[in-house]
Amino acid sequence: MYEGAVQDLIDELGRLPGVGPKSAQRIAFHLLSAESADVTRLVAALTRVQESVRFCVTCYNVAEAEQCRICRDPRRVDDVLCVVEEPKDVVAIERTREFRGRYHVLGGAISPIDGVGPDDLRVKELMTRLMNGAVTELIIATDPNLEGEATAAYLARLVGPMGLAVSRLASGLPVGGDLEYADEVTLGRAFEGRRRIDA
Amino acid sequence: MYLRHLQVGDFRSWERADLALPPGPTVFVGRNGEGKTNLVEAVGYLATMSSHRVSGDAPLVRHGAGQAVVRAALRRGDRELLVEIEINPGKANRVRVNRAPLPRPRELLGLVRTVLFAPEDLSLVRGDPTERRRFLDELLATRTPRLAGVRSDYDRVLKQRNALLKTARLARGKAMETLDVWDGHLTDLGGQVLAARLRLIADLAPHVAESYAGVAGEGADVAGLGYSSTVPLAGDGAALPPDAPLPGVEELTAAMAGRIAERRGDELDRGMTLVGPHRDDLVLHLGSAPAKGFASHGESWSLALALKLATFALLRAEGEDPVLVLDDVFATLDAQRRSALAAVARSAEQTLITAAVIDDVPAELRLTRVEVGEGVALVVKESVAGESVAGDAVPAGTGGQP
Ligand SMILES: Nc1ncnc2c1ncn2[C@@H]1O[C@H](COP(=O)(O)OP(=O)(O)O)[C@@H](O)[C@H]1O
Ligand SMILES: [Mg+2]
Ligand SMILES: [Zn+2]
Repeated sequence: MYEGAVQDLIDELGRLPGVGPKSAQRIAFHLLSAESADVTRLVAALTRVQESVRFCVTCYNVAEAEQCRICRDPRRVDDVLCVVEEPKDVVAIERTREFRGRYHVLGGAISPIDGVGPDDLRVKELMTRLMNGAVTELIIATDPNLEGEATAAYLARLVGPMGLAVSRLASGLPVGGDLEYADEVTLGRAFEGRRRIDA
Repeated sequence: MYLRHLQVGDFRSWERADLALPPGPTVFVGRNGEGKTNLVEAVGYLATMSSHRVSGDAPLVRHGAGQAVVRAALRRGDRELLVEIEINPGKANRVRVNRAPLPRPRELLGLVRTVLFAPEDLSLVRGDPTERRRFLDELLATRTPRLAGVRSDYDRVLKQRNALLKTARLARGKAMETLDVWDGHLTDLGGQVLAARLRLIADLAPHVAESYAGVAGEGADVAGLGYSSTVPLAGDGAALPPDAPLPGVEELTAAMAGRIAERRGDELDRGMTLVGPHRDDLVLHLGSAPAKGFASHGESWSLALALKLATFALLRAEGEDPVLVLDDVFATLDAQRRSALAAVARSAEQTLITAAVIDDVPAELRLTRVEVGEGVALVVKESVAGESVAGDAVPAGTGGQP
């Protein structure tokens, strides 16, 4: 244990995803010995995200305005909607340049172990968006693991009666994985080869 | 296959051990508590990534150390296989095969093949169904590595579904919307596990009958296998007749789904999944009766031994001798069982035997000896007469990478 302020910093860093106690300690001591200007920039960046970044009112992607960059872009098509778990998945799919439609970010996947059910995700919001009839194809791009598959199957059943074309990314993605880690080529191919699911 | 070189670090009582082993039988001999079983336990771990003595990995790491390492060089025909496992309790193991890291540790399963027989195996006959399910599923993973993935996905879906059933009990209706989805996943995976277990039992049964006859001797009852399932189509526990037609994956999936639908009320009341391979049992038969609760101590031992010898015979018939490991079992066997076991042990490509007293081990198996004591394991080649000759002794703490 270190003195108050240092230990507080280590504890806070240790709470971040992917940062264990050892890395937290390493980062903390790096910050302690870093140039004061560097630290100030980091603090400013943190403050800025906290103050100015929010969730897009339409798709729940991260946004710096009311709506995110993609929802505001008039060149994107409105009839295809891609459902993902997290904002980072939007970034992964954008990298492939395969997709010209819009997104809907659920905010996670169904996982009863973690107490996450459909009501904890932006499912109702998705249904509302689909209601106006502009969307004719729904691509479900949840992670290729059990929870992602369960979420996809649930959504497919739910929107089934609406008569949309519903598809799931083609296999070829590493099973049990995370969309984020699929390389661009693989993910791009999975997009092109998406297969229709019938509810 | 045979284990040519075994190296362990911070595994159980061993800070370090390094052994060059020949094919054929080798006896690890030394006083009780010196660490003989610890060494062969490491060999078993290479095959199943679990211990035959404890369920978690934490006891495998030497007191005071953070991780254990098991390294082995194996020979399969004229090919060499290098395996290295870093055991990190509470975290994922790190596994390397021929120096390349495996993306997922469970991809190791099926590569190193061992059949281990130990006093603990009496619980295969007398213990609860968990033991027999584990026996079946470990063998499935060895025979068909893909099934290790199916089995672990099944467990994950089961956990999710049980969590959902528990909350559904509190807020009926609300969580129910997603139950169908988990049911679909559970029954798809469950059907695959059921079909594979039935196939395995059918393939293993004739070997069990033959091994039991050899072990129990003239005039003994005939041993058979059955499957008792929560999914009626998968079996009611009766001994499987030879060449019985087996239901396929799709039929089993459908039958499981039907049964789950029937038991939905009970499942909601109890907040857990009551139907599926996780609730089933392998039934061992002697003559016309199930062995459990009825077989004598001697018969139970014979049956446990027969199961392991049958496993050996099955894997051998499928192309390759697994490494046979016999932990502390010769002292407790009578003459009939001893000679049945010795015959297989002598014929195996490699057999690793532990014993406190060398005289307990049949003479024809005492070709190579590893003397275990005071934290050192020393390989000694014996002449046929049993006296030591100069061999390639490798004391612990020396020697290079396998
Ligand atoms: N994790 C561990 N760390 C240190 N010692 C251990 C550990 N696990 C078991 N041991 C020791 O190993 C010894 C038992 O070794 P074992 O291989 O079972 O003996 P045997 O030669 O009789 O087969 C005991 O003395 C026990 O204290
Ligand atoms: Mg022992
Ligand atoms: Zn948006």
